[in-house]
Amino acid sequence: MFLLKKFLKLFPTLFGICLLSFFVIRFIPGDPVMLLLGERGNDPEVYAQMKKSLGLDLPIYSQFGNYLSGVFKGDLGKSIITGKSIISEFFSRFPATLELSLFAMVFALILGIPLGILAAVNRGTFWDYFLMSGSLIGYSMPIFWWGLLLILLFSVNLGITPVSGRIDVLYYIEPWTNFILIDSLQREVISQDGFGPFISALKHLILPTIAMGTIPMAIIARMTRSSMLEVLDEEYIKTAKAKGQTNFKIVFKHALKNALIPIITVTGLMLGSLITGAILTETIFSWPGIGKWIVASVNQRDYPAIQGGVLIIGTLVVLVNRSIDILYYWVNPRLR
Amino acid sequence: MLKHKGMTFGIFIVSFFLVVGIFAPLIAAHDPSTIYPELYKIPPFWKEGSISKFFLGTDDLGRDFFSRLVYGSRISFFIGISVVSISMSIGTFLGLIAGYFQKSIDNIIMGFIDILMAFPSILLAIVVISILGPGLNNAILASAIVSIPNFTRLVRSQVMVEKNKDYHLAALSTGASSKLIIFKEIFPNIVSPLIVQTTLGFSEAILNTAALGFLGLGAQPPLPEWGIMLSDARPFIVSSPWLVTIPGLCIFLVLLGFNLLGDGLRDMLDPKLRR
Repeated sequence: MFLLKKFLKLFPTLFGICLLSFFVIRFIPGDPVMLLLGERGNDPEVYAQMKKSLGLDLPIYSQFGNYLSGVFKGDLGKSIITGKSIISEFFSRFPATLELSLFAMVFALILGIPLGILAAVNRGTFWDYFLMSGSLIGYSMPIFWWGLLLILLFSVNLGITPVSGRIDVLYYIEPWTNFILIDSLQREVISQDGFGPFISALKHLILPTIAMGTIPMAIIARMTRSSMLEVLDEEYIKTAKAKGQTNFKIVFKHALKNALIPIITVTGLMLGSLITGAILTETIFSWPGIGKWIVASVNQRDYPAIQGGVLIIGTLVVLVNRSIDILYYWVNPRLR
Repeated sequence: MLKHKGMTFGIFIVSFFLVVGIFAPLIAAHDPSTIYPELYKIPPFWKEGSISKFFLGTDDLGRDFFSRLVYGSRISFFIGISVVSISMSIGTFLGLIAGYFQKSIDNIIMGFIDILMAFPSILLAIVVISILGPGLNNAILASAIVSIPNFTRLVRSQVMVEKNKDYHLAALSTGASSKLIIFKEIFPNIVSPLIVQTTLGFSEAILNTAALGFLGLGAQPPLPEWGIMLSDARPFIVSSPWLVTIPGLCIFLVLLGFNLLGDGLRDMLDPKLRR
């Protein structure tokens, strides 16, 4: 019952997201049709056609009705720049962002959790302070600066990593899943270029992964530390100690298991900040994902694209966050 | 102990940049937007080819780099103060009302906050900018809207705790009005966590606005805002890397300062919140 209630609360939020994205075009000061058409809008025929295709000639409530029914049918309109449907524009780029985000998250977890454990186990010592200061520094790093520093160090000075893009321009890869690491392992690609494209794609992932994963890593390290400290204070840990178990077993077998629940929750709820990270990281590294696409759409005043992008991202974030929330309550019945 | 050292360091950084910002006209050697033709991309003092007139060199258009950094500090504090005062007053007000009255008004306010929170911070700011158009004032407004939920959620949860305390019952029994209870009785008791959130809010505000500047959607040239300075200098990252690294370093230091300060204040003012 409780979970159902939580689930039902989703709908007003989703409705609000639709409403907000609906108004993106309608809140623009001035006439959106003229803004979209520029000088071509002086031709009354073109003007009327655009107005009609945007549905702006109807009263506002039926405009919203049409918009909602379009949303339900998966029709978010067409991009003004490319003329392709927003859905296909979005989902052809989404894998690039997802691939990068997954790498960044794995990077953050693989480093953040052990560092947090190390700090918690050595509470109050030099290591604890050192790691926690490091995490505060990582947390305060503006991504757009950090990314450029990484480029400066690894690409410009050391010349070991590529500067931008997803793969070397030498390779052309027929898009299949749009996950470049998967696509570069297709049979035809390997028979033609061997593992070159795959390795090139991996190399292109290194710097963006670090740039995007640093802040989540710092947050996870702090979170792991405090969660571990809490668990290490509990009675059953004392029991385990009294039984003479080794420190290693206590930390990894008994404590970490329980400390992980809040860590996983926080990680899951990071999706929103990951997308913020993606918008900046993709801009720095010319990564062809949705972050770069949204920024380009704003610069090109492609309002249907902004509208659609906002709607899809907002919906995704809400759905993911709410599922994690429900999952969290489901595994912790005491919290209800 | 080290926490206090950290906080002292934070206070030091923040006051350093604050003083620089306040006294910018006295510290800067040149006007930040004066262009010295023919004198573009003069290197800073530690590089060969530097000129004593321009201590940190000049940017790609021939403007004194040091003076621009100094004025950038002023802009950052202007951004921080504007964003935080807008988001704090609106956010706190909504939080007080939602937490105190609960029921339907709470549902409406929190529904609105949930919608705001559905959008990643920069994305929401981008939406606001795409409607209002780029520019410093709009970027400030956008960052402020993005930060409202932090204040509302914090204040609401604090008010809900305070409401169950005896002093609230005592105030109710004297027949005091809700307005009086909220502002005179409850509000003073939630000030400490609010101060912590405000400090951290500065860091968030400066980061978001600089990020918008970096994306070309915030402050516009020739304003010496650190975010645009950094993005403008990107094409010269190989030939004049300092034009990119130093404005970023300033942003980073200010963020670090506010974060250290906020962390320290949290430990001092509100041991319950200690992570």
